[in-house]
Amino acid sequence: MLWAALLMAVRAIRRNLLRSMLTTLGIVIGVGAVIAMVTLGQGATARVTGEIASLGDNLLVIVPGNAGNKHSGVAGAATPFSLRDADAVAELSEIAAVAPLSGRGVRVVYGAENTATTLQGTTSDFVRVRGWAVPEGRMFHAAEERAGAPLCVLGATVREHLFGTQNPLGASIRISNVSCEVIGVLEEKGQGTFGNDQDDLVLMPLTAYQRRVANSDDVAMMFVSATSSSATPRVQTRITDLLRQRRGIRQGDEDDFVVRDMKEVTSIVESATGVLTALLGAIAAISLLVGGIGIMNIMLVSVTERTREIGIRLAVGARGREVLLQFLVEAVVLSLLGGVLGVGLGLGASWVAARALDVPFVWVPELVALAFAFSAAVGVTFGFFPARKAARMNPIDALRHE
Amino acid sequence: MTAPLVELDGVSRVYGRGDAEVRALEDVDLVIDSGDFVAIMGSSGSGKSTCMNILGCLDVPSSGTYRFRGADVGALSRDQRALLRRHYLGFVFQGFNLLARTSALENVELPLLYRGMPGGERRRRALAALDAVGLADRAKHAPNELSGGQQQRVAIARALVTDPSVILADEPTGNLDSKTSREILEMLRELNTERGITIAMVTHELEMAAFAHRVVRFHDGRVVEDREAA
Ligand SMILES: Nc1ncnc2c1ncn2[C@@H]1O[C@H](COP(=O)(O)OP(=O)(O)OP(=O)(O)O)[C@@H](O)[C@H]1O
Ligand SMILES: [Mg+2]
Repeated sequence: MLWAALLMAVRAIRRNLLRSMLTTLGIVIGVGAVIAMVTLGQGATARVTGEIASLGDNLLVIVPGNAGNKHSGVAGAATPFSLRDADAVAELSEIAAVAPLSGRGVRVVYGAENTATTLQGTTSDFVRVRGWAVPEGRMFHAAEERAGAPLCVLGATVREHLFGTQNPLGASIRISNVSCEVIGVLEEKGQGTFGNDQDDLVLMPLTAYQRRVANSDDVAMMFVSATSSSATPRVQTRITDLLRQRRGIRQGDEDDFVVRDMKEVTSIVESATGVLTALLGAIAAISLLVGGIGIMNIMLVSVTERTREIGIRLAVGARGREVLLQFLVEAVVLSLLGGVLGVGLGLGASWVAARALDVPFVWVPELVALAFAFSAAVGVTFGFFPARKAARMNPIDALRHE
Repeated sequence: MTAPLVELDGVSRVYGRGDAEVRALEDVDLVIDSGDFVAIMGSSGSGKSTCMNILGCLDVPSSGTYRFRGADVGALSRDQRALLRRHYLGFVFQGFNLLARTSALENVELPLLYRGMPGGERRRRALAALDAVGLADRAKHAPNELSGGQQQRVAIARALVTDPSVILADEPTGNLDSKTSREILEMLRELNTERGITIAMVTHELEMAAFAHRVVRFHDGRVVEDREAA
């Protein structure tokens, strides 16, 4: 009987194909949008968390400013660090490396070529904490750092702009009227999380940067690598205590700096994705509701149109429940059809978008299963009322219906 | 003595209430034995269709009892009456009442579908029924591709395919010319004599009533005449 009802449903839908398609559109769009957004969202999260994980899961970032303050993030508002702060942090236990960092936008010139980029003054620990390789040439030594030697290591983009395919090692380039020697080229990292070009930078020993370019001893931020992932919470506390003391913050006052565990960033991204997912869930619920009402509407029309058919079926011996099943199955087939088309549309669109946005295409089978389950549930819920109306018809009146 | 196939005992059917009350059937007693062929006649509005609906278990009496094979139909549920129709009754209507845009074969298969018969056997029996009404070559045609007479023959095939005890025909020739009407009546008579199917048929024409064994005449909801056919 179920099989027969299925065949009847497919036939009834094919008979009014255009109308059926338009009816399912609500569900198609709803399911499609949610599948596409969630799939893309998962891809973006996977990419961000992947990048953060590639920074190392024991990385801490220290920046001046107050996390709880409205004015936080306004660089320069808070007192910057100094190289001595970095040295003091390096003395703490369970710390593998500390890379102080200070930078600004500059124009670099080599012969007739020039390009705008970011100059970062730092120490050789920078490539260690960031896990950044130097395939050509080398990073500067500790001695060169102390001496403030005018040396530089180029990001792949800067090297490309200034030297093309030429060998840059040993060449002398000019950065803000300081001439310095190229001793290495960083490995290419490509696009960052926010679409920024990570390779568009030049590294210089921090002391050289401070004396020759910035004319100040400020250190804008520090990258700290703990000896292990499990040590990061302890290291975080030690750094906080140390810096509070060094910066003379009284008990009870708030920190004027932030020690951020990159793992936290991962969880922030993940919780942001969670909020997004909940939002999408709400959109899905609304669109399924709208789609369901569309199906109920068309099923009511269909039941009225087919009153005589129902009368004939009742006359030849169909029971109410068999008529109910027929129309219920038809509604479910209709909504599942919408679900299938929606899933196809959503996956197709997100696949295309994932390629265009260069995020991984994350296929979530549970989501697809959920979409089908919900579509079927919508069919049953919104198909029930029209089907019951059909099942309760009086055979005589139904047969007389014009 | 076994119970008669169909037995109406003091049956009335009242439509509406108060001023709008219509007494379509008034204290009708009627017995139809197995194998009978009854023509029901009477002027328009005399209650013939109302009586057929009750005989067909599509409707129930307002008062009185209707026993089908000894069972009190008035005491049955909607679903139980549907099962009675499914297993014992066949219908032929004036307006044919075939499913539109559905082939003759599938129309004839419909009652078997609700009996849960497997597809192969269903098809075989439906084709046999169409063959019996001389329409085997029109099995794939939809109702709108058939003449009125052919449509009524498909409807007869649909009624006989389940081997019912009774076929109820309400003005089966009402929409047909007299030649085609005679063909349809020949067919009903054949079902009655060869297969022993009991037939109750409403008609306005004496010529058609002459095919029956017995004529019952209604007037204002009452049986006013019940005689052997000429
Ligand atoms: N559903 C209904 N509601 C109210 N009154 C009805 C209904 N059906 C029939 N009637 C009334 O019952 C009476 C008998 O109707 P019925 O259809 O049985 O007549 P009939 O003998 O079949 O007439 P005809 O030869 O025109 O088909 C009529 O007066 C009719 O108006
Ligand atoms: Mg009538």
